[in-house]
Amino acid sequence: MTQPRKAIALISGGLDSMLAARVVQEQGVQVEGINFFTGFCVEGHTHAIRAKDRARPKRNNALWVAEQLGIKLHIVDVIEEYKQVLLNPKHGYGANLNPCLDCKVFMVAKAKQWIEEQGFDFIITGEVIGQRPMSQRKSTMPVVARESGAEDLLLRPLCAKNLPETKPEREGWVERARLYDFSGRSRKPQMALAARFGFEEYAQPAGGCCFLTDANYAVKLNDLWQHRGSRDYELDDIMLLKVGRHLRPKPHFKLIIGREEGENRFLEGYRRQFTHLKTLSHTGPMVLIEGQVGAADLELAARITARFSQGRDAEAVKVEIDDNQGAPRTLEVRPLHNDDIPKAWYL
Amino acid sequence: MEQELDARRILCPLPVIRTQDAVARLSPGDVLRVIATDPGVVYDIPAWCKVHGHKVLAIEEGREEICLTIEVGG
Repeated sequence: MTQPRKAIALISGGLDSMLAARVVQEQGVQVEGINFFTGFCVEGHTHAIRAKDRARPKRNNALWVAEQLGIKLHIVDVIEEYKQVLLNPKHGYGANLNPCLDCKVFMVAKAKQWIEEQGFDFIITGEVIGQRPMSQRKSTMPVVARESGAEDLLLRPLCAKNLPETKPEREGWVERARLYDFSGRSRKPQMALAARFGFEEYAQPAGGCCFLTDANYAVKLNDLWQHRGSRDYELDDIMLLKVGRHLRPKPHFKLIIGREEGENRFLEGYRRQFTHLKTLSHTGPMVLIEGQVGAADLELAARITARFSQGRDAEAVKVEIDDNQGAPRTLEVRPLHNDDIPKAWYL
Repeated sequence: MEQELDARRILCPLPVIRTQDAVARLSPGDVLRVIATDPGVVYDIPAWCKVHGHKVLAIEEGREEICLTIEVGG
């Protein structure tokens, strides 16, 4: 008996990659999943830090998809390598800081490396011609295959009939007739196929899976680069951009203000790395200061902290300031009035 | 063999990735205790264990920390 062929499917957690994997599984191919963590992925957990979002499922959608398909999922940390993709995208950015085409090339190239190391035969993606304005166009399909080095080992089961034959089809590992010819932005064919497979629940279509497509996030990331004087980042930087209210009262410092208990707890984890403030006389947020600050800056930071506490209307609020240089000190301040916080401070 | 993994103050999927890396260095029957703070681990680590054939022996949820005990599968 011949061994079944083995394929690795790029699993984002969305519907298309789930369907693509199932289409190939249905043809008797042994499929496993791979998911790349860039640091910018939008996860239920990031939102789950905020208590008000707790009703949402906290699950990781890629893992959930793997469970539904009954396949192994390998999650790969690509945070460091991904910096070059984001900082120097050969094909440029989309509407915000999203380097979608370079990102796809990078991920398929990583998958190619993985199949070589693990003895797998080919790669599956859920790409559909015309589905995404930047990375999933007729003209970009060969770019991804060529620049990733995957060439004809890259099979897109959902639109394969609109593309030249790949090796898995030529060699009879999969039947081309049982692949699909989806194209365009309509989701109807995918939804019909999902119904045929009995998938009743699935994450919303792709696009919302990466913070780099988010305009507000891009503003905060650009602000970070501008004020640091270099376009670089560490994981902590990009995680902190996902959490809290960000205010920059002066060019040389920024405040990250927890919006509720979950965020405060998360920010607490960074207290040893940042000068931080919290209110003592009233319930209030955990606040981190990013940047070098003087006495006047600290007072301003304390007044802003007081503004976001339960003591916002009080005459005076006690704020503890800890710069990790010794015992914390306490300032008693008048909360800054809302009208005294210019909109421009908010990132 | 029993091993402990500190996955505190990191958000999913990083605790899952660290668990995956730690399990790769262990043998079938070994036990890994994962200490984490992201509430998402109570969903994700069992889901990861399920698809890879490992067994979750216990999940202890404290106010600040969550501890998962995993037995590495064959």
